[in-house]
Formats: sequence, C-alpha cells, structure tokens
Amino acid sequence: MIDEELVQLLTPEGERVTHPDYASSLTGEQILSMYRDMVIVRRLCNESTSLQRQGQLALWAPIQGQEGAQIGAGRALAPMDFTFPTYREHGIAWCRGVPPENLLRLFRAVSNGGWDPQKYRHHVPTIVLGNQVLNAVGYAMGIQRDGADEAVLTFFGDGASSQGDVLEGFVWASSFNAPVVFFCQNNQFGISTPSSTQSKVPLYRRARGFGFPGVRVDGNDLLACYEVTKAALENARAGGGPTMIEAYTYRMGAHTTSDDPTRYRVDAEVEVWKHRDPIERIKALLVREYHTKPVAFDAINEEAEAFALKLRDDVLAMGRPDPLSMFDNVYAEPHPLIDEGRRDMAEIRASAGAN
Amino acid sequence: MSQEIFFLPDVGEGLIEAEIVTWKVNVGDVVVLNQPLVDVETAKAVVELPSPFAGTVLTLHGQVGDTMEVNQPLVTFDLGGERAPHANEKQVVHDVPDEQRREPVLIGYGVASEEGVPTRRSRRTVANAAQPAPDLTALSEPAGGPVRTTPPVRLLAKQYGIDLATVPATGPDGRVTRGDVEGAHRWADQMPLRGFAPMELHRASRFVGREIDSWSSGAREERIPVKGVLKAMAEAMVQSSTRQPQAAVWTRVDATKTMELLSGLKNHSDFPNIRLSPLTLVALAVCDAARHFPGINSSFDDENNEVIVRRYVNLGIAADTPRGLVVPNIKDADRLDLKSMALELSHLVETARNGTTTPDDMRGTTLTITNVGPFGVDGAMAILPPGTGAIVCVGRIAKAPWVFDDEIVVRHVAELSMTFDHRQIDGALASQVIAHIGTFLEDPAAALLAQ
Repeated sequence: MIDEELVQLLTPEGERVTHPDYASSLTGEQILSMYRDMVIVRRLCNESTSLQRQGQLALWAPIQGQEGAQIGAGRALAPMDFTFPTYREHGIAWCRGVPPENLLRLFRAVSNGGWDPQKYRHHVPTIVLGNQVLNAVGYAMGIQRDGADEAVLTFFGDGASSQGDVLEGFVWASSFNAPVVFFCQNNQFGISTPSSTQSKVPLYRRARGFGFPGVRVDGNDLLACYEVTKAALENARAGGGPTMIEAYTYRMGAHTTSDDPTRYRVDAEVEVWKHRDPIERIKALLVREYHTKPVAFDAINEEAEAFALKLRDDVLAMGRPDPLSMFDNVYAEPHPLIDEGRRDMAEIRASAGAN
Repeated sequence: MSQEIFFLPDVGEGLIEAEIVTWKVNVGDVVVLNQPLVDVETAKAVVELPSPFAGTVLTLHGQVGDTMEVNQPLVTFDLGGERAPHANEKQVVHDVPDEQRREPVLIGYGVASEEGVPTRRSRRTVANAAQPAPDLTALSEPAGGPVRTTPPVRLLAKQYGIDLATVPATGPDGRVTRGDVEGAHRWADQMPLRGFAPMELHRASRFVGREIDSWSSGAREERIPVKGVLKAMAEAMVQSSTRQPQAAVWTRVDATKTMELLSGLKNHSDFPNIRLSPLTLVALAVCDAARHFPGINSSFDDENNEVIVRRYVNLGIAADTPRGLVVPNIKDADRLDLKSMALELSHLVETARNGTTTPDDMRGTTLTITNVGPFGVDGAMAILPPGTGAIVCVGRIAKAPWVFDDEIVVRHVAELSMTFDHRQIDGALASQVIAHIGTFLEDPAAALLAQ
C-alpha cells in the first residue's frame, strides 16, 4: 500500500527516519506549536460535528486524520503566498489566521463565504470539485506577470483528481511554468469510491506526464508534509514551476455529516490507520526527544476545550441574514434578472406577512 | 426552573424525518454538553445526536422505532433554574433555534410552514411559562381554538370545502399537514361522513426499507425513487431472472428430531446465551449437502464459458432488515461446527439488523438460505441471488399429521424448497441435494455424528 517512494521523516511510532532529499528543519518549539495547531483543529472539527448534529450547522466536512497534512502544508506557507482550498481545509484556514467562527459561517448557511480572501491570502472554500485548481493556476499566472515573489498552494482530494478542471489546471501550469503547488490529500475515498478505482497509478506519478515533478509524502507525518511543501513552494517562487504533492493519508471520519462510511469500508482498515494518527506520532516525538511534560499537553487540551466553547457561543450568536441578501453577490454589477428575482421574492414575503 | 427543548434537526441536507434507534439517556439523567443522547436513522445514515444542553433529561419525546419529523421535540431538558450554559440571550429567549426555524422547501409544496416561525410574542410566552410537552400521539384530535396549519394547507382545505377542524392532524404540535387534508378529501369523496376515517387506515407501514404513508393520509399515487437497498434488490432480481434459467424442487420433512435436539441443547451448559434456531441446523445441513454434492455449490461463468465448482461455502442468509432485504454471508461456513454456526448466525443477524453490514459481508456468496418460517408461511419460490447456483428456502415448522410407522401421528413438519440454476445443475442433482438436507433434518444428531 505505502510504497518505497513515500517521503517520511517520522514513523507512526514517532521515531525519526532519514530521507535523501528532505531533512526536518523544525525546532522543538515549532513542533510543539504545530502540535497545538493540530489539537485545536481537531477539537474545532469535533465541535462542528456536534453543532451539525444539533441542527446548528447545515453540514460539516470532518478533517480527522488529515491534520498532519494540513498543518504541515499550512505552516510551510510564506505570509504572501495564496491558498485555494476545498471545503475540508479547516487546518489551512486556521494557519492562515481566518477567525474560526468565520469558517463556520458557510456551514451554518449564513454567508456565501465568510471572510475577505485578500486579507487572509486564503480563498473561500470551493464546493464545486476541482474548480479551485483552475482559479489557483490563473492566480499563479498573475503572480508571474506581476513579477511577485509569491507562490500559490491549492488543495484537492483523490476524488477531485479525476475532474477535468484539475487536469486542465495541470496543463496550463506546466505550459506556463506557473508558481503553483498542487497539494492532493489522498484520503483514500472520493466520498465512497476507493482511490484505487480512480487511478491505476499512484496519483503523484500523474505529474510526470504533465511535465512537472510529483512527490508522494506520508500525509500523517507532519514533519515530512512541512518540508516537502516548503521545498515545493520555494521552488515555485524561484521560477522552478509547479509541483504536485500527494499527501497519502486517510479520512478517519465521514465524507460529510450526510455520509455513513460504514456502508463502504471495513472497520479493520480504519483500525490500521488509527495507529498512524498524525497527532499521536508528534506527541510521541515530543515526549521522547524534547521531554515535553504532561502539563504542557494538558494546557493545550484545556485551551482546545475553551476554544470549542467560545466557538459554540460565536456560532449560536450568529444572526440570520436577510433572505433578500442572497441576491446581492450573484453578479458584481446589477443584473435585470437578479433584480426581478429579488423583487418577486420581496413581494411573496410581503404577501405572506413575513417581516 | 428553566427548560429547553432539543428539536430533531435535519442532520443530512434536506431530510424530513428520522427513526429513533437507541436512546442513550433516560429520564432523570444529568447530561453534559455534547453527551450522546440518541442514535437516529435517517434515509442516509445512522447518526448519533449529542446533547446541545447541560442539564437533566425531563422528557424523551419518542420511543425506539418511532419515526420523528424534523423540528419535532426530541428531548426536553431541565437546566436547573440557570440559563443554558454557553448560550447567549438570544438562545434562551426563543424556543426554536435558528436552524430549526429554517423552513424546508419541498418541491411542489412550497415553504412548509409560516406558523412554524414563532412570533416575538409566542417566543416570550414560551420563555415565561414552562412549555408542556406537546401531544405527540399520531392522531391528536383538534383541541379548541384555531386549527394549527400552514397557509397553503388552509387554502387547499378551502378549495376542497373541508372544515379544517374535522381533519385529524398528524403534523408536529398537532399541525394539520397537506397529506391530512388530501386524505380527508379522498374520504370525503367516498364516505358519507365527512372527515371520517377508520383508525387503522391512518397507520403508516414499511415498504422497501422505508416508512410509507398510510392508506388514508398518503397521496393517491406515490412514486418512490429506486436507490439504496431497493435498487440493489431490484438489480439483483432482474439480473438473476433474466440471465439464469431457474427451476425448483421441494420436499416435506419431519423436523421433530431437529426441534428435540434444539430444545435439548438450549438447556445444555455448553450453549448458554447462544441463540439456537432451526436455521442453525438448516445451515449445517446445507453445508453438509455441499460437501457431499459439490456440484450444487457451483456457478455459471458466462464470460469464460465455464462452470466454477467451489469447495468452500460462503453461506448467504437473506435477512429482512429495517432497510430492506440484505443477504450477508458467512465465509467458509462449511468449516463451522454447531456452536460456531450458531454464533456466526446470531452475529450476522445482529449486524444486519443494526444496519452495519458491510459490502464485504455480502460479497462472494456461493449458496443461500432464505428462512420464510418466521413470517408464518409454509414455503416460497425463491429467486437465485445472481451468480449463485442454488438457494434453499425453509418454511415454518408446524405441527401436522404425518405418517410415522404406518400410523398417522402429529409431528413437526417443515417444507423445504430449493431453486437452482438449470444451466449446470439438473433435476437429478437438485433432488439428491434437497433429499440430503431433508434426511439431515429428520435425524440431525446422526448426521452431525457422521461428519
């Protein structure tokens, strides 16, 4: 399953291993800080799942198991780099500084986005599979034309790797040598379709056919994800063109809160991946190598609990948008059909006695 | 004391109802925020609902097996005179959280309810007085005061000339639904008494793994999308009946000794808490028949123009589950002894009932048993699961007159039938196999000793 070309710097047991092309540059403090990121993001995810089950969010896409891939990639970014996420990049949003409650606005259906993409250098989630890859490549070509020292990091899953948008993005990025890094989290399932059904070769090998390098990294290894992403972004900024990173990981939870994974996969497989948990292996490293004390982990857990309670309060305090505001951002400029729709809805609401 | 109600949320993008599978708390329990309260099964999945409040459970508004509509009260909590922890003013004041006030839009029905949105005044009323548990009986009679319903339904009733006060309400909080009015309209057409309908015609029933409306409340014609377990069943049956020429043999057996053996074993210390049933022995008999006549455990490979004879039995068991018909199998069932077979069968049935049967559990069936006895029928003409050679059907085991030692005596009699793929299995082989199974069940102890 995991092949020898997988970049790994830390075993599932938290022991360091060497790799000819990559070495970990992170200090103990940085690793502890990224451990904190992962714990908080997982707590955010658990609270969001609960909120959905309590009717407070319309939908939620769980991230459990993919924290290592996302925090590793997210912390490898330079401040001015730009990121294009799917609907599951909660860890990236966290690293970019998007206020967590704003992340939940979309899932509570009170906003079409939730934040200013330029402010956080993080685009709003793209729900349409793979479309963000085209956006990212276009943005990267813009950077090229501006001559800016920036790179673009875009995300998609093994499922979206079959989308035409993603493959077209590959072609354009390659043809123009655009400063973009394609970060594919292979979490093994496109909803219920196994990754092996979608691609007869390991996904990272597809990059070679498009004319740029592909790297497969252990997606549950924070250290490896950080180094591989950092190197790819540096290469892009230096004019080296695109790279595809396949973070080989596993979605421990459901595709979304509307999905029941027990219908298409076996418990035994989930059990195997539990032993590869990205958070546990960093904890093992911190204890073994940096002698991090239990009190430090306790403090992080307490912080995560308080964070979750505040997040809940913030979500429950969100007001309901004016229903008519749904027409506001369909087009940048006035549009007669949209105006007509807005007028009709206002009339219907008035006749129904709605305030 | 301050009370809060947890209303059943839409947990899966546009669902309208969920069935209560397991309560994880009891009335009187003190629960913390996010503590699991209940498992519910929706059209999409079985999900666990965590508590949105910290407090004491006052009321569970439904029983296991009940189907609850979205936005119906699920649990009432006593928050002990304090405000809801981690809830702001807005949460305490209104009784229905924002999300639950969202109006589901069903195609062709418009927005479901205008009255579902509490007015400012009604919210305050609720906050000041503890809300009595709403009447959740399916057919709450309209009480005094205006009938609760929605404007489109009022209009419909007016068009039909029906007095809403005479319509039995089945909606949440005694609300009259569109279906109720449609039902009353149909009955008004047919019956001399307007609005009258026999109670039993109001009962919902199960069909193709879902709850369907009762005769009186449902639409005149209903279309059910073919997907999930229903789709799997339909495809399997079409594939089997169009591609596999099927014939059947049947026999009646004296299963008295089978019943005696089972009741003897139930008291045996080796079998405490193990569910033993006639199916256990039928399963052993079928495996034994396969060992004696491997040809029955075969399938026809159209693509390669070969017949595959298998010397292992993956024994499929047709199971009637809340989701519909599923056929999980016991892998290598031919290697199991009586006790292991009993354990495997109860595990398989349990898993199927819980809805946790995996695709792997259903793959690679070589022989199948369908047990129609529990439904109280004598037998059935089964259809082969696609790609298998034979399916054995066992009917109920009931006392019947039987010729025994040239006398008519009362014995436990069962009917066995077997459907087989006549491309590779002929009537002679099928007869030998069904006879072998019959002999096994007529003297199971001897058959087991001979293994």
